[in-house]
Amino acid sequence: MSEELNTPGYEIPPEMQGQVAITTLDKIYNWGRRSSLWPLMFGLACCGIEMICTAASRFDFARFGMEVMRPSPRQSDVMIVSGTVTKKMIPQIVRLYNQMPEPKYVVAMGACASGGGPFKEGYNVVSGVDKYIPVDVYIPGCPPTPQALLNGLIALQKKIDKQSIKEVRWYQKEPIEAIPIPVLGPDIMDPREYASIREYAQGKLESESSSAAVPAEEAA
Amino acid sequence: MSELTTIVENTLETRFPEVVVRDERKGYEGFIIQAEKLVEVVTKLRDDFGYDYLSSVTGVDYLPEGKMEVVYHLYKSTGGSALVLKAQTPREVASVPSLVPVYPGAELQEREAWDLYGIHFEGHPDLRRILMWEGFHGHPMRKDWQEAYYEEDSKPYKSRWPDGEVWRSEDKNTFHKNVDYPAGFDPETWVPDGDASLYAGLGRVVKPGNGGGLGTEQVVVNMGPQHPSTHGVFRMVVTLDGETITALKPVMGYLHRNHEKIGERNTFLQNMPFTDRLDYLSSMSNNFGYALAVEKLMGVKPPERAEYLRVIMAEFTRISNHIWAIGFLLNDLGAYFTPMLYAVEERELILDIFEAVSGSRMMCNYFRFGGVARDLPEGVYEKIRKLVYDRLPRKIDELDLYLTNNEILRSRGEGVGILTPDQAIAYSASGPLLRASGVPYDIRRADPYSIYERFDFDVAVRYHGDIYDRYMIRLDEVRQSLRILQQAVRDMPEGPIQEGKPQYQVRVPPGEAYGRVEGPKGELGYYVISNGKPNPWRYHVRAPSFVNLTPLEIMCVGNKVADSVAILGSIDIVLGETDR
Amino acid sequence: MDGMGILRGLGVTLKRFWETYWDDIVWWLRRGRRYDSEEGINHRMSINTRGIFTIQYPEEKLPVPEEFRFIPFLLYEEGENGEKQDRCTSCGICAKVCPPQCIWIVRTNDPETGRPIPEPQEFYIDVDICMNCGFCAEYCPFDAIKMDHDYELAVYDRVHNNIYNKEKLSKPVSYYSSIRPTNYTREEQARAEAEAAKAARRAQRN
Ligand code: SF4
Repeated sequence: MSEELNTPGYEIPPEMQGQVAITTLDKIYNWGRRSSLWPLMFGLACCGIEMICTAASRFDFARFGMEVMRPSPRQSDVMIVSGTVTKKMIPQIVRLYNQMPEPKYVVAMGACASGGGPFKEGYNVVSGVDKYIPVDVYIPGCPPTPQALLNGLIALQKKIDKQSIKEVRWYQKEPIEAIPIPVLGPDIMDPREYASIREYAQGKLESESSSAAVPAEEAA
Repeated sequence: MSELTTIVENTLETRFPEVVVRDERKGYEGFIIQAEKLVEVVTKLRDDFGYDYLSSVTGVDYLPEGKMEVVYHLYKSTGGSALVLKAQTPREVASVPSLVPVYPGAELQEREAWDLYGIHFEGHPDLRRILMWEGFHGHPMRKDWQEAYYEEDSKPYKSRWPDGEVWRSEDKNTFHKNVDYPAGFDPETWVPDGDASLYAGLGRVVKPGNGGGLGTEQVVVNMGPQHPSTHGVFRMVVTLDGETITALKPVMGYLHRNHEKIGERNTFLQNMPFTDRLDYLSSMSNNFGYALAVEKLMGVKPPERAEYLRVIMAEFTRISNHIWAIGFLLNDLGAYFTPMLYAVEERELILDIFEAVSGSRMMCNYFRFGGVARDLPEGVYEKIRKLVYDRLPRKIDELDLYLTNNEILRSRGEGVGILTPDQAIAYSASGPLLRASGVPYDIRRADPYSIYERFDFDVAVRYHGDIYDRYMIRLDEVRQSLRILQQAVRDMPEGPIQEGKPQYQVRVPPGEAYGRVEGPKGELGYYVISNGKPNPWRYHVRAPSFVNLTPLEIMCVGNKVADSVAILGSIDIVLGETDR
Repeated sequence: MDGMGILRGLGVTLKRFWETYWDDIVWWLRRGRRYDSEEGINHRMSINTRGIFTIQYPEEKLPVPEEFRFIPFLLYEEGENGEKQDRCTSCGICAKVCPPQCIWIVRTNDPETGRPIPEPQEFYIDVDICMNCGFCAEYCPFDAIKMDHDYELAVYDRVHNNIYNKEKLSKPVSYYSSIRPTNYTREEQARAEAEAAKAARRAQRN
């Protein structure tokens, strides 16, 4: 596909080859995608309420071509992660992300989704959704006001404007790998990390047994 | 304490000598009951003394004494103050008898205590983990359980000042994530529970075909945690026979943010902004309950003007919450978005007031111990006046005209999802859910707090206990709230808004307190234990959204699957509070 | 009769729909500007609003009230020749009172005596943890940290951007007085009074 776009089939000066057509096409293509970003209807926590307010009459993100919030990931372009991501929830979020068709974007709304937020120290809280899925825009705030969210979405549109068909990942030759879904073990586990988890747990066992052994020897 | 409760208390000790002893610890109230006799005593209390409403069940870990305590708060559904019972059990083999046979409302709360404290409830029909997942290592609320990012037992942390050096907690973790694994754990051999134990409890039946009839099989359907109608990350697992629900299990914990564990590390004041994030639609009410609980311990009372400001803010919260709930209930019924948009418009105007007063639209953090954070800025009083005297009554009437007689709402709502008064009390339902079932129990009247005695208002009550009545009762309550607001705005005196100087280190004497308010969703209670240190020893939230889910199954069984969505909508839950 | 309830309900929507045009016409007749003007925004925010309720961000912005709080910032006084004098004395109260503990302070020590100097060497706030509660501003005894009104902070990369350091946090007092005029006046008054009282006490003692 990208091969075809690079060779338009009529004469253009060699120094401009592959540029004129591509850039204008990029513009149209980006404009099209940027103006019809359909968010996934998916609120996680407090920030989700502000997202609903943004969708409602006062702020109304339909003005940016986002009027249809899709409850199905298969029909949506942008996932607004609006709220605290917990360990119990992250497998579902990764699954939803995998189910979204390319091109897809992720907005981390609020302190929690960006980096853990006020609940970061909690045992069930993930320190930012970007530990598991790639994030395009981060919006600080707890919660970001609807206008701050709009500002973030505009930032996302600007980012889309800068993309080029040649480079975007969904037109590359290699297939895009799905992100492995984390497993709920004694704690959340990334399947890619099994080896290091075992190593860590073994190391812990050894250090525990050696520290337990030392006082016993001393006593003897 | 009323006279009646004193009589009951005196007879309790004489009727159960040695089984029931008074809790003599300083600052504590109630009775300690021998665990083995617990069921017997509470059955008596329920049947003979009228304590028919079990409000809260929670565990407390007394690590230094090596024991666990389960604390029960009992009430009469006719009103009055609490009877506090405690059962103690050793830490290592913590086990007490389950109260589910006596009060079915204990079901979810006991599961929570099992999950977080590892207290085994003997005789519980379905004792599984509830907020964490099956297979999680340890019981996280135990005092000696430490999370991956553990720093210190109490805030403020020493690393922040004076020789701070900025770092992110994940950079110090081996995996650069908030994870930790038990020693010797091998992920390759791990078999995740999945939801095996959950599905096992659903009891599916396969009916073979006989003669002319077709064979049927029940199917299990998962709704959520990402589902447009579950109001957040809530999940229902339903077994269906055709389209009829035969069993339903609520699954939660997808937003479990460890509120209580963090709360026990915070200082008393630091918990205030965290309470905002419980029921994030009504942060002012959350502040209210917590302030009451701690003020009870501290023995302070806010000045007059602060009391009025508190009531005004709490009632505004109720209005904004109820119209939001109505909007979303209609969403669930298929009136997609229009009623919600109308409701959100009024809510925005209320939020404008919150924002002007407290600085934030949702996370108000407005209450302080012994007062409120700041007085009304200029011009806000006028705005409040116009809103409560003119605009809101008009708009509520419009909403009424718009929806109440709508034939679709009536036919979807009337007679669906019925909860009888007896069931409602037994299952510890509270708030609009309880009152729509014909039990006129409103804490503002039944056990008055703050200055609610002064206001003239009626406890809204409806008698059918179906979805439609739960819709109607919200309209009624908004109207009553407007009445309260009008009186409060009229009578609000001038004066100080804070008792004493504002302080960030409050001194809280040792003891326990249970502060409860009638939140928009029901009884919101805070159980706080202080041991004289700057941070609470135990901080528990009795969340109405959580407890109100206990009767979800009995309301849904027998109805169609599409109704379960509407029934859930009519309970009006907020996940921040359900999962905490 | 069946269907009347629905019809009446539809009447309400119809009225709302009509109002959106009616209000525009009224404004047009009055030669007022309903959109893109302060007057128009105030009307849409007021208690009497009806018709179109939307604020067309980013062209129009919903004004935030004075008490609005977002991320904290540090105040410095501007000297006559542009030097900056921090108000912060690195007493650490904000770091102690912060509920999620997102404030880090590094104290400056005098290179000779080793004693602390009342001025922070560094000041960090992790905005990915900050919960915008406003306690730091409320309990700072020197009015040195306040809550900002700027909410347009979206970034593409949090690792490098979202721990704010002293440089990024510092803003002049004049900025503060522009976003929170009433608070500023009240605090200045209190400060002046305290100064006067102190001077009076000193005069008495001498
Ligand atoms: S960032 Fe704040 S408002 Fe948003 S989900 Fe987290 S706690 Fe809630």
